[in-house]
Amino acid sequence: MAEQELVDKIQAMVGREYGRVYAWDRVNAPMIRQWCEIMGIENPLYTDPEFARAQGHADVVAPPGMLQVWGMGGLDQENFPEGSSKENNFEVLKVIEPYGYPAVVAVNSDLHFDRQVIAGERLYFSSKLDSISEEKTTPLGTGFFVTVLMTYFSQGENGAVDEEVGRQLFRVFKFRPAQRPEAAKPADKQAEAPKAKRPLPGKSDDTRFFWDGCEAGKLLIQRCTDCQTLRHPPAPVCIKCHSFEWDTLEASGKASLYSFVVMHYPEVPPFDYPNPIGLIELDEGVRLIAGLVGVEPEQLEIGQRLQVEFHRFDDRQTLPQFRPVG
Amino acid sequence: MTSMKTRTFAETSLGEQLPELSIPITVTLINGGAIATRDYFPGHHDVEAARELGSPHIFMNILTTTALVQRFIEGWAGPLASFGDIRIKLGVPNYPGDSMTFSGEVTERDEATRSLTITLKGRNSMGNHAAGTVSLVLPA
Repeated sequence: MAEQELVDKIQAMVGREYGRVYAWDRVNAPMIRQWCEIMGIENPLYTDPEFARAQGHADVVAPPGMLQVWGMGGLDQENFPEGSSKENNFEVLKVIEPYGYPAVVAVNSDLHFDRQVIAGERLYFSSKLDSISEEKTTPLGTGFFVTVLMTYFSQGENGAVDEEVGRQLFRVFKFRPAQRPEAAKPADKQAEAPKAKRPLPGKSDDTRFFWDGCEAGKLLIQRCTDCQTLRHPPAPVCIKCHSFEWDTLEASGKASLYSFVVMHYPEVPPFDYPNPIGLIELDEGVRLIAGLVGVEPEQLEIGQRLQVEFHRFDDRQTLPQFRPVG
Repeated sequence: MTSMKTRTFAETSLGEQLPELSIPITVTLINGGAIATRDYFPGHHDVEAARELGSPHIFMNILTTTALVQRFIEGWAGPLASFGDIRIKLGVPNYPGDSMTFSGEVTERDEATRSLTITLKGRNSMGNHAAGTVSLVLPA
């Protein structure tokens, strides 16, 4: 849980507006050409003045995807030309950081273009702190989504009025990483892209029998030896008679679909999407949650008959999955 | 390249799949992309700094992803397509040694304004790096 003091402090900043920040450089052909070169973009509209003029433009056009680039601080991310606002539009990140959220990553960029921007124009932008989420936990870690809106303008020349050229919603996640960084690997070793694995369950003395059963291809359900009541998920005490005595019953694996969800977003590796998850009612009478296989999500129906099967994942764990039958 | 032809609105259809584009993710692309977008955040060029952030290697910045989305769409639409919006949401990071494959589909098509919306994904070996929509206007 985030400290209330922090939540109050940052929520009070929402809605704050930040003044003009000028681009270091006018929109210019060399920066455009270098951007196109590394990105692998070959469009003469951006690099060939004659082609651009033939389309009615005064000079080469700036690629739309470059809009944010013109307003970047550069090596010192907070150093902007004379006349720019001294306030940083992401200053709230510095308020959040000392509370134990050191990392930041960009998660959304929504660009809107009012018109094309032509070499020679001088741009500036102004910003507004639009929203800050509650504290959220993602695979990356725990922290806050911070959304800033920016509006980009072209400065009028020779007395002409300034003109809006585009807008941007930019969202970052300011967070405490979920895991400690690994020890540095030898620098000469070419890192391979890591392959995500299924998370392992947390096992306790109460639940170990269930996971061990899966490894042996058995779906084991806890049973009170005093009153014979079945229970799942596992727990130390009978939900009916409060006895501590229990053994297990090997379920038939025959079941029906009590309810389900289909996960679409976010797509977290290594799972396939859309990812159907069932709340499964075993014929023995208890319910459990498991993945559904061998079915298109749109063909799922409440009440349809299912049969368990065991799948081995990542060569380290076996999990029950349910497949529709007949 | 001046012979590149721009697709006309009439040549498109709702539900049309764009040809996939696969882009190798290299240290050079991540580094060069970050600097060409004036993004000197160390996690995009300094592997030690990236590791301190809990990342196994340097990772692509969102401004480069935006550019690659533009490349994917423009490569299909042609040089004179007029972009209205590029909206992207990032998922798993792009690390060197991987490759990202874009796929996309025309999900909205408005005759009156000759505008299209393309819904796209950029997928690497770990999942979706980017998902989003691009809207653009094509010539008649």
